[in-house]
Amino acid sequence: MAHSSMAASTAGASPRRPLAGAGTSRWGEKVIKTFLALCAAFSILVTTGIVISLVVPTVNFFGQIPLVEFLTGTTWAPAFANPSFGVLPIVVGTLIVVVTALAVAIPVGLASAIYLSEYASSRVRKVVKPALEVLEGIPTVAIGLFAFFFMRPLAERYLPFLPWDTPFSIGIAGVAVGLLIVPLVASVSEDAMRSVPAGLREGAYALGASKMRVSMRVIFPAAISGIIAAVVLGTSRAIGETMVVLIAAGAGNPNLTFNWFGSAQTMTAYIGGTATGDISQGTVVYDTIFAVGALLFTMTLTMNIIATRLVRRFREVYE
Amino acid sequence: MPDNSGHETTGTAPGTTGTAPGTAPGGVGTASPDEVPVFELGDVSVSYNGNPALAGVTMDIGAKEITAFIGPSGCGKSTLLRSLNRMNDLIPGARVRGELLYKGTDLYGASVDAVQVRKRIGMVFQKPNPFPKSIYDNVAFGPRTVGMKGSMDEIVEKALRGAALWEEVSDRLRESAYSLSGGQQQRLCIARAIAVEPDVILMDEPCSALDPISTVRVEDLMAELKNHYSIVIVTHNMHQAARVADRTAFFSVQVDDTGRRIGQLIEADETGTIFTKPTDKRTEDYISGRVG
Repeated sequence: MAHSSMAASTAGASPRRPLAGAGTSRWGEKVIKTFLALCAAFSILVTTGIVISLVVPTVNFFGQIPLVEFLTGTTWAPAFANPSFGVLPIVVGTLIVVVTALAVAIPVGLASAIYLSEYASSRVRKVVKPALEVLEGIPTVAIGLFAFFFMRPLAERYLPFLPWDTPFSIGIAGVAVGLLIVPLVASVSEDAMRSVPAGLREGAYALGASKMRVSMRVIFPAAISGIIAAVVLGTSRAIGETMVVLIAAGAGNPNLTFNWFGSAQTMTAYIGGTATGDISQGTVVYDTIFAVGALLFTMTLTMNIIATRLVRRFREVYE
Repeated sequence: MPDNSGHETTGTAPGTTGTAPGTAPGGVGTASPDEVPVFELGDVSVSYNGNPALAGVTMDIGAKEITAFIGPSGCGKSTLLRSLNRMNDLIPGARVRGELLYKGTDLYGASVDAVQVRKRIGMVFQKPNPFPKSIYDNVAFGPRTVGMKGSMDEIVEKALRGAALWEEVSDRLRESAYSLSGGQQQRLCIARAIAVEPDVILMDEPCSALDPISTVRVEDLMAELKNHYSIVIVTHNMHQAARVADRTAFFSVQVDDTGRRIGQLIEADETGTIFTKPTDKRTEDYISGRVG
C-alpha cells in the first residue's frame, strides 16, 4: 500500500530536475569556497613568511655570537665600540613592563568587567562599554606622551621620596601599558561573563546567593576560559608594545638592572629604536634586531601555548 | 522610600479592592483549615516597564501541600511564581504591586532582603540549570552560601537522598553535573534547592524539558517532598496538575479595551473541584480542551 502510493507521488514530481548531476553544476559554489579558503590560507602564509624572514638573519647572528652568550650575558651593548650581546637586560626590561602592566590591567580590567556584566544597569552599560572600546583605539604614541609628560612628573611630585633619578621610568611605562590594555581585558572578559547562560545566574540567585557570590562563584568560574583569553591577549599586547616604552622608558642602561624607577630598555624598544634607516644590512647590529625579534616571537608563542593548556584545564564547560 | 529594588508595595489589605474583572466568587481560595497558609496574596499585580502582565490576584497558598498554577501561555502564571521569591527583582523594569505575605510578612516590605527571601523560598527552573561544577559542589553551593553548620558530606548526601538521586550518583560525586542525563540534572537541581532546607519550593514547569519517564520520577519526588515543603508548581500540562496538585489555580488572559493582554486568576480550588466541577465557564473550556 505505502509502496504504491510513494511510487505515485514520485511519478507526479516529474517536472523537477534530476537528482543526479545537480552537484556538478554548482560551480559558483566552488568558486566561492576556493576564494574563502585562499583568504583563510593568507594569514597562515603571512605568519610563515614572518617566521622565515626572522630565521635567516637570526641563523646568521648565531653564526657569530654563541647562543649561550646571547641568553646569559648581562650586558646589552651591540652598537658599542666594544660590543656585548647579553640579551638579559632587555628581557628583564620587557618583563618589568609586562608584570607592571598586568598588575594594573588584571585587577582594574576584571573589576570593570564584573561591574559591567553583573552590576551596571543597561543604561550605564550602554555608555561605558562603547567608551571602553573607544579607549582601546587610542594611538599608543599618545599614551606614551601621556606617560612621559604627565604621569612620570606627577608621580615624582606626589612621591618625591622615591628614587626618580632620570626623566624616564620603566615602571611608569609599564603602568601606562597597563592602562592601555585595561579596555581590552575588560571588554573581552565582560563578553565572556555576559555569555554565561542566564539560567546559571538565576539558579544561583534562587539559592539566596548575593550578587558578589553569584559573580565570584558562578559567573567568574564559568567564564574563566574567556577571562584567561582576555589576559593572554593583554599580555601579548604588553610584550609587543613598543611606542609607549620607546618614549617613556628611556634608552636604557646596557647593564642588567631591576630598577623600576629608572630608565631601561625593552626588547621591542630596542628593535624599534635600532631599526632605523641608517643601519646597514649584513652587520651584526642588523642581525641582532632579528635575533631579538625571534626571541620575542618564541616567548609569545610559548605563552600562548601555556595559556591554551590552562584554558583547557580550568574550563567549566556549560552544556 | 528609597527605590533600591524597583518595586513598590501598596498596603492594600487582602480582598478589599476587588478590582479584578471577572474574578469568580469562588476564585478566592483558602488553604486547608488545619494549616496556616504560607502565602497570602491580596490584589497582586505585576508589570514590566509599565505594561501589566498580571493583575488583581487574590488567593492563599497552603503549607505542606502542592499548589499548581495552570493556564494558557501569557496568563502570568510564571510571572506570579517568580514574584513569590522575588526573582522578578532581577528583571529590570519589573514591578510588583499589592500585598504579598509570606507567613504574615510582607515580602516586598522596605526592610525585607530579597537574598534572605530566596534562602527560604527555593526555586527549580524549566530547563535544568546545574552549575558547571561537580555534582557535589552543585548541591553544596547553597549550604555554603547560607553558611549551614555540620558536615557538608552529610548535608549533600541528605539532599541527594531527598531528591531520589543518591543511589545513582553516590559513586561519582566529583564528576561534572553535565555528565548526568536531563532528568537526573533536574533532580540535581531539586537536590540543590532542598539542600538549604527551605520552607517553600517553587517549580517553574520543571518537567517541560524532560522525557516521560523522568517526568514520572520528578512527580513521584514531588509527592514525597510535600511532606516537608510547601510546593508551588507552574505547569503547562493539565494532567500533571491533576496528578500531583492538592490545589489548582487557573489563570487566563484577558484582553482589555486598549488591546493589552493581561493575565488574571480565574479561580483556585481543590484540584478535584477544578477538574470536575469548575465554577467558571473559562476554566471548564480550558480543562475540557476547548481552549488553550
